[in-house]
Amino acid sequence: MKLDLKKLKLREVNEQLQSIDRKINDRDFTIINPEGNHAVCAGLTEELNINIKGHVGYYCAGMNQKANITIEGNVGTGVAENMMSGKVHVKGNASQSAGATAHGGLLVIDGDASSRCGISMKGIDIVVKGSVGHMSGFMSQAGNLVVCGDAGEALGDSLYETNIYIRGKVKSLGADCVEKKMDIKHIKKLSLLLKKANIKNHNAENFKRYGSAKKLYNFKIDNISNY
Amino acid sequence: MCGIVGIYLKTKKFEKNLGKMLSGMLNNMESRGPDSAGFAVYKNSDKKEYKYSLCINNLDFTKFKKDISKKIRNLKLNQYSDHIIVKTPEIPKKFIKLINKEFPEVSIVGYGRSIEIFKQVGNPKDVVKKFNLESFSGTHGIGHTRMATESAITTDGSHPYSTGEDECLVHNGSLSNHNNLRRELKKKGNTFTSENDTEVAAGYVSNSLSNNNSLKNTLVSGLKDLDGFYTFIAGTRKGFAVVRDEIACKPAVIAETKNYVAIASEFQAMAHLPDVNNAKIFEPEPGTVYSWGN
Repeated sequence: MKLDLKKLKLREVNEQLQSIDRKINDRDFTIINPEGNHAVCAGLTEELNINIKGHVGYYCAGMNQKANITIEGNVGTGVAENMMSGKVHVKGNASQSAGATAHGGLLVIDGDASSRCGISMKGIDIVVKGSVGHMSGFMSQAGNLVVCGDAGEALGDSLYETNIYIRGKVKSLGADCVEKKMDIKHIKKLSLLLKKANIKNHNAENFKRYGSAKKLYNFKIDNISNY
Repeated sequence: MCGIVGIYLKTKKFEKNLGKMLSGMLNNMESRGPDSAGFAVYKNSDKKEYKYSLCINNLDFTKFKKDISKKIRNLKLNQYSDHIIVKTPEIPKKFIKLINKEFPEVSIVGYGRSIEIFKQVGNPKDVVKKFNLESFSGTHGIGHTRMATESAITTDGSHPYSTGEDECLVHNGSLSNHNNLRRELKKKGNTFTSENDTEVAAGYVSNSLSNNNSLKNTLVSGLKDLDGFYTFIAGTRKGFAVVRDEIACKPAVIAETKNYVAIASEFQAMAHLPDVNNAKIFEPEPGTVYSWGN
């Protein structure tokens, strides 16, 4: 079904997608003329396939559960923020705070993501085919952040249990973030994520893994300079 | 939160439509700044005269026209609601002195050989309509919708700020060292009409340009000297630039085609621009100056 945001109000489109009858089999939607609107496809809870043709604004696919959303364009701040499950695929670039605080699901960005990608992520898997900006993975708690390009300054500052995999250069590491050994289990996990994101031209063995040195978990006076 | 927009035409194709393009962008940024709005439009002129953008506030236009015509012989006046564009060969130093002395209720919004500048409190849609922005043509333009945070909702507190000939600046963000910088600039001879932080940034740019620095180099040194959160769009007679601070919390998107460069706080402000879906769309990198023209 085609939904035209030039003819329908954003709220009408979101309400229709949020209140899908569970018995209905027709679950494919195309949204045209998004024109940079904010909160397109926010709060979906059912298994739907949605194709958005064009650029969107902030918080696209926020709080997503189960839905499979593809954006054929760029996204603004906070795409898939607080996602619980499902898949969000951005074919263009993403602005700051992509996948912020998200608990689950998969976010794939074909282009670059700017600053604070995966900030405070809590279990989501994020795969960026391009590069990420500064402070990516800031205070991230669980899940995986995969970057095929480079990472900006202060990567993984104050992170907890998230694994960060970077193929290119890292401008600098944030407080308490260190490079860690790539074990077989990590290569296996990363290979799986690359496969899920349909990336065939990169080998998991060429990535470096970064994680928490765990020095900031509890306050120690010796670590005062790290705070 | 504020909304900032700007458009710089690389070719002559859209010169007649500049006002229309800019007004669409401003209307769209109402959600980011409903308190006041303003815009500056640059239009090349071969004439050896100056254009003074004045806000006459509650003064009666007919009376103002009659009074000022007695003081200055060679002048033309165009009225746009409470703003007047005065065209005259009279040099800025003399003209500004005269206005300040004889017409204390009139504020000088800006002046130069190509800039025309308008700003007023109220909803951006009303402000755009009131000054009939759609009818303007030009080479580049800059606009602002304000959500006031650190100083009052007044015409003087509205953007764009113009503190030098054919210069203007709009700002989304807040500066933390503006009081110190204002004191330093005052010592160097800059004057300020408000308590607003952005006016200090505009003064900083004017001061640097008057020392023969380029707009680009001015903004590069501004990255060190201006402390706070900002995305700035700055304009000069032939130049146009954008810069974001190193932290880059304040948003900006650039869309570039072979005919124009457009900048806005959010993409939705540019969604109506011609051929925008085939434009190169990117976010300006933190702490990097992007400039066009000179």
